Amino acid sequence: MSVPVYFAERPSPEAPLAINPELVADWLVAFLKSEVIGRRGFQNAVVGVSGGVDSAVTAYLCARAFGPEHTYAFKMPYKKVSSPESVAHADMVIRELGCHGREVDITAAVDGYVMSNEPEISPSRLGNVCARTRMIVLFDQAMKIGGLPIGTGNKSERLMGYFTWHADDSPPINPIGDLFKTQVWALARYLGVPPVIVDKPASADLIKGQTDEDDFGISYHRLDMILHHLILGYRSERLSQMGFTPDEVARVRSRLDATHWKRHLATSCVLSDSAIGEYYLRPVDY
Amino acid sequence: MGPAPSYGRLRTMRQPNRPKAGPFRVAVAQIHPKKADYPANLAQIGEVIAQAAKLDPPADIVVFPETVATGYFLEGGVYEQAVPAEQFFKDLQEQTVQRGLTRAVDVVAGFYELADGIAYNAALYAQLDPDGGRIVHRHRKFFLPTYGVFDEGRFVRRGSRFEAFQTRFLPSAVLICEDIWHSISATLVALHGAQAIFCIAASPGRGFAGDQIGNQARYRQLLVSVAEEHSVFIFQSSLVGFEGGKGLIGGSMIVSPFGEVIAEAPTAQDAILVCDCHPDDVEVARANSPLLADLRGALGDVVEEMDRLKEEE
Repeated sequence: MSVPVYFAERPSPEAPLAINPELVADWLVAFLKSEVIGRRGFQNAVVGVSGGVDSAVTAYLCARAFGPEHTYAFKMPYKKVSSPESVAHADMVIRELGCHGREVDITAAVDGYVMSNEPEISPSRLGNVCARTRMIVLFDQAMKIGGLPIGTGNKSERLMGYFTWHADDSPPINPIGDLFKTQVWALARYLGVPPVIVDKPASADLIKGQTDEDDFGISYHRLDMILHHLILGYRSERLSQMGFTPDEVARVRSRLDATHWKRHLATSCVLSDSAIGEYYLRPVDY
Repeated sequence: MGPAPSYGRLRTMRQPNRPKAGPFRVAVAQIHPKKADYPANLAQIGEVIAQAAKLDPPADIVVFPETVATGYFLEGGVYEQAVPAEQFFKDLQEQTVQRGLTRAVDVVAGFYELADGIAYNAALYAQLDPDGGRIVHRHRKFFLPTYGVFDEGRFVRRGSRFEAFQTRFLPSAVLICEDIWHSISATLVALHGAQAIFCIAASPGRGFAGDQIGNQARYRQLLVSVAEEHSVFIFQSSLVGFEGGKGLIGGSMIVSPFGEVIAEAPTAQDAILVCDCHPDDVEVARANSPLLADLRGALGDVVEEMDRLKEEE
């Protein structure tokens, strides 16, 4: 006699990073309202829109939370590098949302420093200067408008250290900072971000022709799964069993481990038993 | 330091013919406290008590969430915000006096307690009465979450007892958040005689893949399971509001001794759940599903197993 055998269902490879985008969107909108209006007393959100999916999702969330009339989107191209397509996509976001939109060309500001002082600057250094210049604009415009800059960095780039320290990461509130890039894509589709923005290769647009996945040497789908399992505590051997190559895992792990400092404020030397953030501990909303 | 005061601990819970109380009305409030603003939060608690007193019929018991007096995440600020249990009781009582309440009401509320320079995550079950109330019971959180987003073990000391106590309505117990995630806590208070468990919580939302937030769905499973296993009422009050990016879920619940969710608050919004409860439901549920009696019958062997575990450590 043969007894029927029932095998456990194999989980979908995407399952660990699946989100219910409606639930996430509602939660993030509540978060934005609470942090911006409730706790800090601002009515307006200021978002730098690059034409990429992260800033588009952030702008869409802000429009839901505060209304398009309280959402101020800034395009800040460095005309020598920023692609016209990115600017067009940023315009598309502004148009679709019906929010305030303005272009502040940072080319002269960046070149004011670079051309006079550092004409031989490397592309990555130039990228950092552009990112920090954008934050100068964003914070100043926020002050002018009476709003708060809203961050647009996703969890994948935060974990990979793929951002300019004290630039992209400087806004005090970030609705998408705990979403991997692939989750941002899912949320973007739910929010109705135009497919042309969601489906194009992600790029920091700091260097001509650059894409994130080329820089990482791995696709976001694979990167996010590796990151997810590594930070949960899975070891490399288990990741190999899941089909990731030792080289992929090592590359991600080394970048993750090398960039912890970027996810912290400046390191102060502890001299007392009341050192801020070491002994003197108060939550951000205290 | 003298022994901790024992406010209303039940010592004779197994007596069979205790007088039965009639139906009673419970209001479970989930509200958003203002961070580290004890006076403002007391006023908010007072307003809710007054609102519950205006119901027809008025609420007999009003339940508030964990750390409703201050907000949950305080880190080192705990020592600035913690108050003695007697002070918290006096301040609650004062709220009812200020609002001209004419009828006694029982209140369950979470706060950071300061006792002999030590902070605890605690809850009071207090009878507030214009003619002079009393602290019926004080529970100190037994299981302190100190992992991931939680860091309680660093800032407060854990309690060391699970107790049941008599109220005007039902023999009861209080558990605080992680306490109920350990099935043994509810088992112990049920064995001590509790027929109602007041479970107060502050639970930041995590897990957004399903129809409901992950820990909210988990709470539902837990509460239904505990209520059904021990045939107890569960009144769960869960904090709401964002605290530094951590959104507290709400979704408070009232579960019957048959394991049915009979009232459920919305996610992450202020709300008051109201339910009229019949104490004899506990007896009927226990008669039809005598799991607690079975456990009591096997208690000697269970204790022996526990002793063996302790010896093996």
